[in-house]
Amino acid sequence: MTYVIIGNGVASLGAIEGIRRVDQKGKIVIVSAEDVTTYGRPLISYLLAGKIGPERLALRGPEYYEQNNVELKLGTTVTALDTAKKTVTTDKGETVAYDRLLIATGGVPFVPPIPGVKGEDIYSFTTLAHAKTLIELSAKIKRAVVIGGGLIGLKAAESLHDRGVSVTIVELAPRILSGGFDEKAGKLAGNRLKNVGIEVNCGVTAKEIQRGKNGRVKGVLLTDGRFLECDVVVVAIGVVPASSLAKEAGVKVERGIIVDDKLMTSAKDVYAAGDVAQAKDQLTGEHRVVPIWPNAYNQGFASGRNMAGAKQPYQGGLPMNSISFYGLPTVSVGMVNPPEADKNYDVIAQLDEAKETYRKLVFHEGKLVGYVLVGDIDKAGMYTAFIKFEMKLDDKAKDELVNAGPEVFLWPPELFNQTWNPEPAKAAR
Amino acid sequence: MKRVYPNKDVCIGCHICELACITAHSKSKDLILAYTVERGQNGLSSCKHVHEAGPVCVALSCRHCDEPACVAACISGALRKDPETGRTVYDREKCVGCWSCLMACPYGAIARHPLEPKIVKCDLCHDRPGGPACVAACPNQALKQEER
Amino acid sequence: MLFQPINRNYHDFSIVRDKDLCINCKVCVRQCSYEAHYWDETRQKVMNDNAKCVGCHRCEALCPTGAILIQKKRSDFRDNALWRPEFIKYAYKQADSGGVLLTGMGSPVNLPVYWDKLLLDASQVTNPSIDPLREPMELKTFLGCKPDKLEFSRTKDGSPKLKTKLAPQIELNYPVMFSAMSFGSINFNLHVAMARAATELGICYNTGEGGLHKSLYQYGKNTIVQVASGRFGVHRDFLNAGAAIEIKIGQGAKPGIGGHLPGEKITEMVSVTRMVPLGSDAISPAPHHDIYSIEDLHQLIFALKEASEYRVPVSVKIAAVHNVAAIASGIVRAGADIVAIDGVRGGTGAAPGMIRDNVGIPIELALASVDQRLRDEGIRNRASIVAAGGIRCSADLVKAIALGADACYIATAALLAVGCTLCGKCYTGKCPWGIATNDARLAKRQNPDVAAKKMVNLVRAWGHEFEEMLGGMGLNSIESLRGNRDKLRAVGLSDTEMDILGVKHAGR
Repeated sequence: MTYVIIGNGVASLGAIEGIRRVDQKGKIVIVSAEDVTTYGRPLISYLLAGKIGPERLALRGPEYYEQNNVELKLGTTVTALDTAKKTVTTDKGETVAYDRLLIATGGVPFVPPIPGVKGEDIYSFTTLAHAKTLIELSAKIKRAVVIGGGLIGLKAAESLHDRGVSVTIVELAPRILSGGFDEKAGKLAGNRLKNVGIEVNCGVTAKEIQRGKNGRVKGVLLTDGRFLECDVVVVAIGVVPASSLAKEAGVKVERGIIVDDKLMTSAKDVYAAGDVAQAKDQLTGEHRVVPIWPNAYNQGFASGRNMAGAKQPYQGGLPMNSISFYGLPTVSVGMVNPPEADKNYDVIAQLDEAKETYRKLVFHEGKLVGYVLVGDIDKAGMYTAFIKFEMKLDDKAKDELVNAGPEVFLWPPELFNQTWNPEPAKAAR
Repeated sequence: MKRVYPNKDVCIGCHICELACITAHSKSKDLILAYTVERGQNGLSSCKHVHEAGPVCVALSCRHCDEPACVAACISGALRKDPETGRTVYDREKCVGCWSCLMACPYGAIARHPLEPKIVKCDLCHDRPGGPACVAACPNQALKQEER
Repeated sequence: MLFQPINRNYHDFSIVRDKDLCINCKVCVRQCSYEAHYWDETRQKVMNDNAKCVGCHRCEALCPTGAILIQKKRSDFRDNALWRPEFIKYAYKQADSGGVLLTGMGSPVNLPVYWDKLLLDASQVTNPSIDPLREPMELKTFLGCKPDKLEFSRTKDGSPKLKTKLAPQIELNYPVMFSAMSFGSINFNLHVAMARAATELGICYNTGEGGLHKSLYQYGKNTIVQVASGRFGVHRDFLNAGAAIEIKIGQGAKPGIGGHLPGEKITEMVSVTRMVPLGSDAISPAPHHDIYSIEDLHQLIFALKEASEYRVPVSVKIAAVHNVAAIASGIVRAGADIVAIDGVRGGTGAAPGMIRDNVGIPIELALASVDQRLRDEGIRNRASIVAAGGIRCSADLVKAIALGADACYIATAALLAVGCTLCGKCYTGKCPWGIATNDARLAKRQNPDVAAKKMVNLVRAWGHEFEEMLGGMGLNSIESLRGNRDKLRAVGLSDTEMDILGVKHAGR
């Protein structure tokens, strides 16, 4: 049995671990355009900020691939996929046959068609190569504008600031972190950024990137008319699934590559996982692209198991983020911005600006479906349990959760016993 | 693999398991020094946590799940599964203190280190002769290490 | 401490905390149910209020650094042989409360302990000892009515066949049983433990007067169900659940009055099992209101035998009082299969202190006189005698058998096995060892698995020692020891005492 995995992000790592749980013998081949072994992608902001050195990037040890019988074809791009012949063709002229294929090509940064965006001095921030470029640049430049006030944008801004660059953030939505946070949480995070001197502009975006006679960037003209001088522009609006390979091969693609609950695509024995996949979202039951680190690993793991024949349905992903801003920790899990008009959602929020703490709980039909924590995050995981295990809470339990905090004793007794003190034969894993 | 299973019906909430845990993970291996000196100086803290609600209590720690949510969430590879022993292993050096594991673990097994951007998580006392300190110390046999 | 009634400062114990060892971990604060230890938020350390300490030693036992010592407090009253400190304090307490002084566990007063004045024989030359590790030792005991004579007939092939129909018996692997401690006075977990321990050992335990919880019916073969004057928990299924039925007329700790379960100790489960309402004291009446004469007892005994279809023996438990021999004779003649006698040292969960310390007679004297009277009247075979009330060790057990008992009940010893320190505050329902309480927070402290194991260990240990002493006397069967006064000698007893006990002085 030969497993071929395109891409070596965390989804492919999960796939290796999933396959090896079931099949210790089958050959695994990884074909990746990047020329390094799997690294912790979110670590690039730590690298850029100077908090860690490049030796800490690898997710697993140097002997890992050998120990797990994985052949690496790095620095190699797959140019074509033939689902009928079950082969992939690389840019090195090789044709590799597969019994099972996993497409884990991840996402590519989305660059909007802003006038002036083409050319030098425009950068993205999603790969190690991007980070290395920016590290080099940071020694030479004075000012940067970051377009995008989401997770990637804020991290890029913070990291550049730590390297001594003066940074301004531009965000279209009325607040930063509009995806995973709400106004109050966003404000607490924004305060920390302001305190260190990072300027944040919300409700505006770039109208035009203006260049000088030599073609180099001079600054960004905003939609509100202001002009921000800068030496470089970092575009950090988001990523879109890198699904062109699959599309060309005739695999069904919507926003991302559509996969069933075993992570298999419309093509037999072809699977997809990670940022490129449109897989089941646990909360909505719909198929969505949710480019979140744990989801990528879990999808990879599940696809690996299924490719090896374990037939294990994928539970579905949860959006979740844990990020700290200059010492202020924040956690966001699940559905945190329910539609305001919908009365079926019960939102309970408590803000303490002086202590810089915030807690928001979102309930729907007697279950916790989302939460945000800022500052006081120690019980985050315990809240996650209620979402992940979809625990039904009666009024008394919900009250206790809100007032006394999440506790294992609020779990349904059978789940509690099965988890912590099961009968020997029925132990939960 | 042998895990530590707590029985809430006979847990008396004495917290002696937590004391045994910090002693086992201390430099001095002396309860008095561990509790009074090392906790303050080095941020030594217990991997075992007693949860209480009224008269009910139970002592919980990392379950070393077969499919750990923390390993999936870890951005630095500090948390991984050891295929030989079955433990969920934490490499302190690699950890960057992002708290993703703390967010992902639905069992509340992960805590922030009081002083550094690192986590505190049960390691099943793998290098302690006699096995987990909490199991040995419990005065009411509420913790059992067995294969289930 | 401040603004307390005057006598509260004359406390009994002080908590001595070693400053070098105390790490302020608060284990003692969590464990003390009397709030004698508390966390001082201002000083950020553990402090204690000695006035609240009852001397239960729970903190001392659990302190992880061994920093605590519980000592008798040193403020002494002037020596007075008459007005000993406890009498002084009784007066203070009653002046404050106007109430009956309640207490728990057996009487600690300075009455003679006859076990300590009796010594056992051992073989030397002429009648060699038997090695219990080599020879089989028979400790098995049957409790019940033994026939006056045995009649045999012959089978077709000439071998003998027993013609006499035997009355129902309780079969015990050891001559010891767990005595009556009601569910309510003690933790349900301990009933589970006793039931399991009795089953594993092949002996019996007694339900006490709190009824029997449905989940314990499975241990029925090793259960003696008790019918006391309050008839708590008594219904048809209850009567049919056990291996014997015991009518409790009296209890050694409080002869003449009925059982007492303070309202604070009644939880939901206790209420359901005992069939009493929550919150109010469950006090059993002094007499059974349908037993006003020996004929009434005779009637009740046979009513129970009829109701249980003569399947099980019926036992009658009395306190050891002045005319215990005559009373026992009457009970045997009334049809009881077993007479259980509970001496003045017997334990209790709650009793008026004056009665516990001043009413009743020691079991040693009661046992000897009952055994002798029944023999003299030629009816000793009609009932087994079970002795109770302060049997502390296997030696006491051996001596009791030698004085005439068929078996002994133990209760205090069983509680000591699971941690009791005899502080005597059982009636408060705050027992921090989880023994004399069913409070949700405290009852967990008795893990039924651990408790059962400890009780089994205790009885097995006594069994081994019993065999050693028996073998040492050159006997290999308990039958040869039962009532064999010649195996005992007395030291320092008066002629009257030796006469009652039927024992010669050592040297004779």
